[in-house]
Amino acid sequence: MNTQKFFALVDCNNFYVSCERLFRPELNNRPVLVLSNNDGCVIARSNEVKALGVKMGTPYFKVRGLAQRHGVKVFSSNYSLYGDLSHRVMDVLQQLEPEVEIYSIDEAFLMLPGSRFVDLASHCHTIRERVRQCVGIPVSLGVAPTRTLAKVANQFAKKDPACAGVCCLETPDAIDHLLVQTGVGDVWGIGNRSVEKLRRRGIVNGLQLKQADDDWIRRQLTVSGLRTVMELRGVSCIEIDDSRAQKRTLVCSRSFGRPVKDLPDLREALSSYVSRVAEKLRAQRSLASSLHVFLLTNRFRTDLPQYSRTLTLHLPEPGSSTPHLLRPALKGLEQLFKTGYLYQKVGVMLTGLVPAGQRQLSLFTANASSDTELMTAMDQINRRWGRDTLCYGGTGRAKTWAGRQSFCSPAYTTRWEDLPQVGAGSEKCQENVLPDGIIEGS
Amino acid sequence: MADRQEKIEGMLDMVQAWKSDGSIEGVYCFNPGEKVLRPLFACGVSAGFPSPADDYIERQLDLNELLIRNPPATFFVRVTGDSMTGAGINHDDLLVVDRSLEPASGRIIIAVLNGELTVKRFVLGDGICRLLAENPDYPPQEITADTTFEVWGVVTSVIHSL
Repeated sequence: MNTQKFFALVDCNNFYVSCERLFRPELNNRPVLVLSNNDGCVIARSNEVKALGVKMGTPYFKVRGLAQRHGVKVFSSNYSLYGDLSHRVMDVLQQLEPEVEIYSIDEAFLMLPGSRFVDLASHCHTIRERVRQCVGIPVSLGVAPTRTLAKVANQFAKKDPACAGVCCLETPDAIDHLLVQTGVGDVWGIGNRSVEKLRRRGIVNGLQLKQADDDWIRRQLTVSGLRTVMELRGVSCIEIDDSRAQKRTLVCSRSFGRPVKDLPDLREALSSYVSRVAEKLRAQRSLASSLHVFLLTNRFRTDLPQYSRTLTLHLPEPGSSTPHLLRPALKGLEQLFKTGYLYQKVGVMLTGLVPAGQRQLSLFTANASSDTELMTAMDQINRRWGRDTLCYGGTGRAKTWAGRQSFCSPAYTTRWEDLPQVGAGSEKCQENVLPDGIIEGS
Repeated sequence: MADRQEKIEGMLDMVQAWKSDGSIEGVYCFNPGEKVLRPLFACGVSAGFPSPADDYIERQLDLNELLIRNPPATFFVRVTGDSMTGAGINHDDLLVVDRSLEPASGRIIIAVLNGELTVKRFVLGDGICRLLAENPDYPPQEITADTTFEVWGVVTSVIHSL
């Protein structure tokens, strides 16, 4: 009987593209790409777009011509849709497996005790098929004795058509066979600087990394590099950090839709970001001790005067209420602001986060409980009725500075007025069958 | 249309007033964690005077419980057209679709037909797969090797506002 424990990495294929295709089936087998917040750069590509040579992270303006020539369907990112479908994928996985560890919006690890299965691979095909049927999102599974190896296996599950979306590494031979074909840069946890160090020592593939000298690895790549090597050897020693849930810093910042030069617009934007970050802070039950405000111009516009500064403010006492953070942030912004620049981004970062229960009261602390109640009420209303139902007046109504979202699809699953339409009567109603999409240039 | 939406959204109108652009963000179609509860009275309805049995509320009913068996696999879609009126599915109705169900012959399904989402009755017989409309104006469609056809989900309920 197999007593070994296996990790399965479930990864949604081209997740954002798959989400867009779910309610637009005519886009299946057609090139589709999704742009980042603000329509800045490419963050998801269908296989057809990958085949056109479009790389991840390419600025949109660089591929716009190519996209038009090849009839690529372009979408702005629609996070309410992706978030909802992500929850559904994770829910289905949780229906099927008792131990699910959600790793990102489109990835989860499953813990599969080998003893439970006669045929691990066929069980994984069942999981894959179930997610496809219930949510309509295609996933790939990589299965191996450690998380790092499961990541390697998953890359092959996606790449190799023979895998049909599932790659199980159950024997040492199977593991080594794939590691030889894996570049060190494709190993989870090995960054660019490590790749360079390894290359200089003649270590270019995963198998060589697995067989590398422990002392050298520890000296050059630190203990976390050594952990990665141990994982390649089949010793599970990387835990998914629980503290990911409770972050130690929180940031909120976005690029403007157009350059901004006036203080009132900057104040509005910063107020919005502070409100958002304060809400996140309260959601994880933390208090912030320091607040950093930053303001910068577009560094790609080398023809314009450049400005980039950060101001750090230590709060008199840790807090999480929006006005407690808003006041110093706006004061900070006024100190940073200089006329004569076209700003591209303003943002706020909170550091020195402490759990809300462990607050040191200062001698002159006013009673903060009324503030806490107000914030709790506000967060509850916004959770129930949608973001910004209740917000501080300073965050602005028109938000003319807000980012561009020119090609956004409807919030099919989270808004009544955006529900997908199905045709009943193919001849008569053809023009109404699907919601209008925007193919740029058409 | 406006009337119907007002009914569905009920209390949401209040929220709408808050948003200058009239949109509501993040209101979920259904959320099993936040149930909409309606009291069920154990007595009959008497119009006129308060019933002494009002104190005997048995339990609360949740429409989600009735309409949604498998939340992650359940989607809502809006009907466009009149080809299914014979099945009680009218233009602008809302359908509850469960993707986790197997499409048995005779069930009403959402199909992907030549790249479009469409609602039809699915019938298997004599080795032939057919999609039927429920309106004499629309002919049945046979699925052949040339048709790009896929079952998107199985319709479990229709919500029709009066």
